[in-house]
Amino acid sequence: MKHTRAFALTAGLAVLLVGGVILSSMTGQLAVGPTEVVGSVLRSVGIPNSWAPGDPIVESTLWIVRFPRIAMALMVGAALAVAGAVMQAIFGNPLAEPGVVGVSAGSALGAAIAIVLGVTALGSGSIAIFAFVGGLGATLLVYFVSRANGRTEVVTLLLTGIAVNAFAGAGLASMLFIADSGSREQIVFWQLGSLNGSRWTEVAIVASVAAVGTAAAIVLGRRFDLLALGERNARHLGVNVEYLRVGSIVLVALLTGVAVAFVGIIAFVGLVVPHVIRMAIGPAHRALIIGSAVGGGVLLVFSDLLARTVVTGADLPIGLLTSLVGGPFFFFLLFRQRRRSGGWA
Amino acid sequence: MSERVLSAVGVGVDLDGVTVLDGVNIEVRSGEVLCLVGPNGAGKSTLLGVLSGERRSTRGTVTLGDRELRRIPPGELARLRSVLTQENTVSFPFRVVEIVAMGRAPWARTVEGRDDVRAVSDAMDAADIRHLARRRYTALSGGERARVSLARVLAQAAPIVFLDEPTASLDLRHQEDVMRIARRLAGEGRAVVVVLHDLSLASAYADRLALIVEGRLEAIGAPVDVLSAQRIERVYGLPVELHLVGGRPVVVPTRSP
Repeated sequence: MKHTRAFALTAGLAVLLVGGVILSSMTGQLAVGPTEVVGSVLRSVGIPNSWAPGDPIVESTLWIVRFPRIAMALMVGAALAVAGAVMQAIFGNPLAEPGVVGVSAGSALGAAIAIVLGVTALGSGSIAIFAFVGGLGATLLVYFVSRANGRTEVVTLLLTGIAVNAFAGAGLASMLFIADSGSREQIVFWQLGSLNGSRWTEVAIVASVAAVGTAAAIVLGRRFDLLALGERNARHLGVNVEYLRVGSIVLVALLTGVAVAFVGIIAFVGLVVPHVIRMAIGPAHRALIIGSAVGGGVLLVFSDLLARTVVTGADLPIGLLTSLVGGPFFFFLLFRQRRRSGGWA
Repeated sequence: MSERVLSAVGVGVDLDGVTVLDGVNIEVRSGEVLCLVGPNGAGKSTLLGVLSGERRSTRGTVTLGDRELRRIPPGELARLRSVLTQENTVSFPFRVVEIVAMGRAPWARTVEGRDDVRAVSDAMDAADIRHLARRRYTALSGGERARVSLARVLAQAAPIVFLDEPTASLDLRHQEDVMRIARRLAGEGRAVVVVLHDLSLASAYADRLALIVEGRLEAIGAPVDVLSAQRIERVYGLPVELHLVGGRPVVVPTRSP
């Protein structure tokens, strides 16, 4: 039964993924037929066919504008969803999420500092590097501040996350205050998140980090399962819990940092996706992480399609859309968990 | 066949400047059930923690075989001893069979890993939870959870087994079942260390009883030697009567009508 469900989920996600990619490629100011999309892709991998578009404008629209954007949506979605699944595993709480613990806010602050100070010393990737460093700094801060006697209490950790979020929020506000109007617009873009203007070089960076991060998370999957029994029991079963935690924290910071660095804050993906996958196929982490990676990609491809079509001629921030759906979902989870156990310790 | 597998010498633990355990010398032998008894807060669970390698002692040493316990890496230690803790919460709704199978994790990529399926199946039979196999752990009652956790510990198949109050949330029959399992494990040549509150239950199943009082080892030996009415009255501050059932003391508080 478990295997049939996992199979059904995989098949369903695959259909959604391919469908979403093709649909998103077709839609935009310049309408492209589904056969042209498929033909163009086939031709690029060396299979000549009659479907491929003859018009060079269609070809360049697909390969310079739409495909990189879609690939970015897939990679960012996978990175954020896996980061969420890993974070929930190490905190033993389905409500843990990179946004909640302050990683995303830290990254955004790093990016804002780079924008306002006009840092270009590290080349065109300066803002991205600052965003990544900010995210890593926030994660490490949360982790080490909430550690006591070599252990990390979950509640302390989440409360520290709130403090980090508040601090990063204040930092972001002061950056907005001292910024000139051009920088201000850039920072606002960063806060809301957008996949607009994604380039292949950026996609390649996000893709490599997402792939390595997801593979590492899958390798650690069994240990995450044991961690669900509680830290003590995981130790008794031979897991080096502290190493696992530190490794996972770095993993989460990498996955979140690289995503925020290139597309800004897209919240709640790490919360919603693992949760839905867990409901469908159960909590075993290897399958959960694989499912979350694919599911995150699917979610962002459709969210992005919505973001650029729902208002004609305008490109809505994708972070706005995910928060619009994710916020109420978070409330729903809070409500359900409170009803079940009268809150949580 | 009873042979020393674990020994603690001069073990003491200070917590926040308070001495909770001091000067304890104790050895754990294979093929034997050793019960740790004593009043609340006497240091039974702390001693269990020190013996199982979970807690570092402030003073003294613990040796497993011919090695110091603290030098054994966690992965190897998990194949040498298993621990049933008092608290067993699971953060995600895993199925019972998945939880029991987690007990096999230390044996992954070893020759013994071949026995995973049988070990899990036997453990579920022993703990009487076969009918729960497909249920979600988070939906079980306290007693059912305790038995599932016990099955997980059994599946780990370690030569030394630590059980911290394994009977706490169980009904009469399942209490007896757990202690029978403990006896059977000892019969297979394993060393079993159990923390218990019920003196009569401990007396009925233990080869040796260790009575811990205020962080010190008050007495250790066969139940009939350790348990006397005067000693229990002094330690627990409660007058009791002792009855011998099958050569083993049963402790009944003296109750005025």
